[in-house]
Amino acid sequence: MTDSALRMDAVQKSYPHFQLSDIELDLPEGQIMGLIGANGAGKSTTIRILLGLVHQDQGEVEMLGFAMPGKQVEAKRDVGYVSEDMSLYGRATLGWHMNFVKSIYPAWDQSFANDLAHRFDLRTDQKIRGMSHGQGVKSSLLLSLARRPKLLILDEPTTGLDPVARYEVLSQLMDVVADEGRSVLFSSHNTADVEQISDKIVFIDRGKIIDSRDKETFLDNWRRLRLEMPADTELPELPGVVQQQKSGRLGTITTNQYTPELQQQCRESGAQIHEVENMTLEEIFVAIVMNSRGDSVS
Amino acid sequence: METLFTISQTDGRPMYLQIMEQIKQRVAVGDWKSGEKIPSIRDLAVALKVSVITIKRAYLELEREGVIITRHGIGSAVADDADTGLRLYREQLEKHLDEAARLAALIGLSAEELQQRISSAGEKLRKEQS
Repeated sequence: MTDSALRMDAVQKSYPHFQLSDIELDLPEGQIMGLIGANGAGKSTTIRILLGLVHQDQGEVEMLGFAMPGKQVEAKRDVGYVSEDMSLYGRATLGWHMNFVKSIYPAWDQSFANDLAHRFDLRTDQKIRGMSHGQGVKSSLLLSLARRPKLLILDEPTTGLDPVARYEVLSQLMDVVADEGRSVLFSSHNTADVEQISDKIVFIDRGKIIDSRDKETFLDNWRRLRLEMPADTELPELPGVVQQQKSGRLGTITTNQYTPELQQQCRESGAQIHEVENMTLEEIFVAIVMNSRGDSVS
Repeated sequence: METLFTISQTDGRPMYLQIMEQIKQRVAVGDWKSGEKIPSIRDLAVALKVSVITIKRAYLELEREGVIITRHGIGSAVADDADTGLRLYREQLEKHLDEAARLAALIGLSAEELQQRISSAGEKLRKEQS
């Protein structure tokens, strides 16, 4: 059995205007987990609890086998964390920061750090204060990656990056898991980034996990069927229907329990199948959120 | 590692299918020969910047179709089957014929009309190549 890089079990946290409840996460070593949610859904709070920056009211949290927040000193030796609000020292250069991190973490890899600076198009003699948003994010990421942490946790790493920088960041995340013993958790509201590199996907909305499974299962189970029905015939009843619409003779059904047998079922009800469409993670996410909020997408 | 794979985000097909297709093409044209070792799942994932689980899925399906074989602890290789290339092209043809038949039915084409269309497509290709 593979060990877990991180685990959250029945975690709860209440604020006056926000509640995080029943958070369950499990990331096996060597995998990448993508946490997807709208702004204010609870992604950052979840990550902050995981890191021991905020303490949970209830539930168990484990990082690299260490109970959090109690054993955070031990756990954090091998954890890298990058977030937007992480402040580097504005008056110092990137090179100064590199030396500083190197003095604390023995695992620091200087040649890898130099290589990253080159790939990220960063200058080590540049002061943090004069950097653009993207350069700041890439600097933080460099400082974390060059420590070669076993677990890398990133809060919205690709937000506000230009396409080339995003590509470089995603490449680096994939390079991390080239080593089977290392893992990545990252949050994003960009589903395309998550869809490409994640093994596990977690959807979070309004403080709750609304769905969580491995990516291939997600994409496999969801389909949109475009049907043509004989006049005055209702759409067939299928399992796992999340949305359905009918206008005249044409109809669409979105299901999250698709199997090829459903096509037969449609034909038996008199329907002619025009198309069986795969759905993007973005379409699936919107459908799940709308469904869990009790609204319907029209 | 040399990676001449292109994954398209606008292609409607899932990524694992795109990867399967491109591996089959390499086998069909003979770039990857029978019995030859192919990249490990994790190496290919890192090279293509696509999740490990997606490549694993593609390899599993390719194994099921008999294109590759995976031995635990050794890795994956192209199946020992001299006819692999031809067989893969035949399979592709089969798939396209099914699709053509489906579309023909959708627009109400008769069997004769469909046959005629296929013959003229062959005619056109022969002219282009000569």
